[in-house]
Amino acid sequence: MRRVRIIPVLTLQNEKLVKTIRFKNPTYIGDPINAVKIFNEKEVDEIVILDITATKEKREPNYNKIEEIASEAFMPFAYGGGITSLHQIEKLFKLGIEKVVLNSVLETGMELVGEAAKIFGSQSVVASIDVKKNIFGKNNAYKISGSTKINISINEYISQLEQAGVGEFFINSIDNDGTYSGYDLGLIQQISSRVSTPIVACGGAGSINSFLPAIQHGASAVAAGSMFVYTGSTRGILINYPKQEDLVNKIYKQL
Amino acid sequence: MITIINYNAGNIKSIQNMLKRIGAKSCISSHVEEIEQAEKLILPGVGHFDYGMNNLKQSGLIEVLNKKVVEQKTPILGICLGAQLLGNRSEEGAEKGLGWIDMDIVKFDKAKMGDNLKIPHMSWNEVSIKKNSKLMLGLDDESRFYFVHSYHMRCNDENNILANTFYGYEFTSAVEKENIFGVQFHPEKSHKFGMKLLENFVNI
Repeated sequence: MRRVRIIPVLTLQNEKLVKTIRFKNPTYIGDPINAVKIFNEKEVDEIVILDITATKEKREPNYNKIEEIASEAFMPFAYGGGITSLHQIEKLFKLGIEKVVLNSVLETGMELVGEAAKIFGSQSVVASIDVKKNIFGKNNAYKISGSTKINISINEYISQLEQAGVGEFFINSIDNDGTYSGYDLGLIQQISSRVSTPIVACGGAGSINSFLPAIQHGASAVAAGSMFVYTGSTRGILINYPKQEDLVNKIYKQL
Repeated sequence: MITIINYNAGNIKSIQNMLKRIGAKSCISSHVEEIEQAEKLILPGVGHFDYGMNNLKQSGLIEVLNKKVVEQKTPILGICLGAQLLGNRSEEGAEKGLGWIDMDIVKFDKAKMGDNLKIPHMSWNEVSIKKNSKLMLGLDDESRFYFVHSYHMRCNDENNILANTFYGYEFTSAVEKENIFGVQFHPEKSHKFGMKLLENFVNI
């Protein structure tokens, strides 16, 4: 049976866990350590933690908090937010994380990908791309929490990143973030048809039923925020994750 | 006391975190004298085969490791690249491995795998346990572990196969020969399953 990773994404504003809708209106959810402890008990496949204001506020990663989270994370742990140098990446790996997620640094500092991959292996270097459609429905890549458009076409951008040696693409749909409307399947297909590097799809998952279509459109793994921190669309806070047997029956056995 | 060998090629902190969680004492060391006194050893490792082997050579630890593992039969657990280094050689590089287990490390054979499987094998997967082993006590074929690798072990002596895993085809995911154990997956990142495996290693 083939398994596909189902990944909770936690977004932080420095030390606070928040959740956005279309990258806006961050709502306070709670303490990240507590959330990670609960995700441990639920035996999640992997966890992605993104500090969404680090770059904007020109902060470095919050190493103390990341170390504290890593000491509680008995699953693969990817961290992103504010990473600009190889020195920072080395420091992060020493704290016990498995992957670094790079985003805002990539457009002008793509050589960091190769430098990090050479030391830590490409499997530990994730390129995160935030995507928004323009009024004509064309997908564009963005950086700095979705605030700044990347100047080259998304297709060209992902090809360059693949050549630079990223191990994984983390594709986040800004339009679908927090909306429960399902993944942007067209976007997943557009990117997966151009690269052979694995793609993690993010943005829009509403329930366990959202995952299979994303995988069928080319995602190697699926990630979600809201559905794992809220209970239903009423958005009561409840850290949750599907039961293993549901994942097996509704997803893995369908692949 | 478990000594985690530090040769600058690995996920050392996560291993120590999990050992701490299961209440096992551990230290991280790259010193000959400390490794000489170790009761048990863990050889971690992430990255390129030659990078790992060269780092191990440069650390000056190979002699003491041979003495501990081959002569004194100190239990050792290799994890991921650390497991691969136990073998003779790897298609990934030109360096010779430690040669403690008669196996070669080979690249996943894309031709045998079908189109929808990517390399690296980066996924949770099950293990099919091939022999009775103290390392696998309380674990069964439903136990799942986290894998990240592009190369896998291929034993020349079937008796050394501890577990196999299916990814396009069946490959060896764990090996055991006397006091020497190697797992391709990451027990330190595999929840209660990995916790159980490390606990078993502590109790060997």
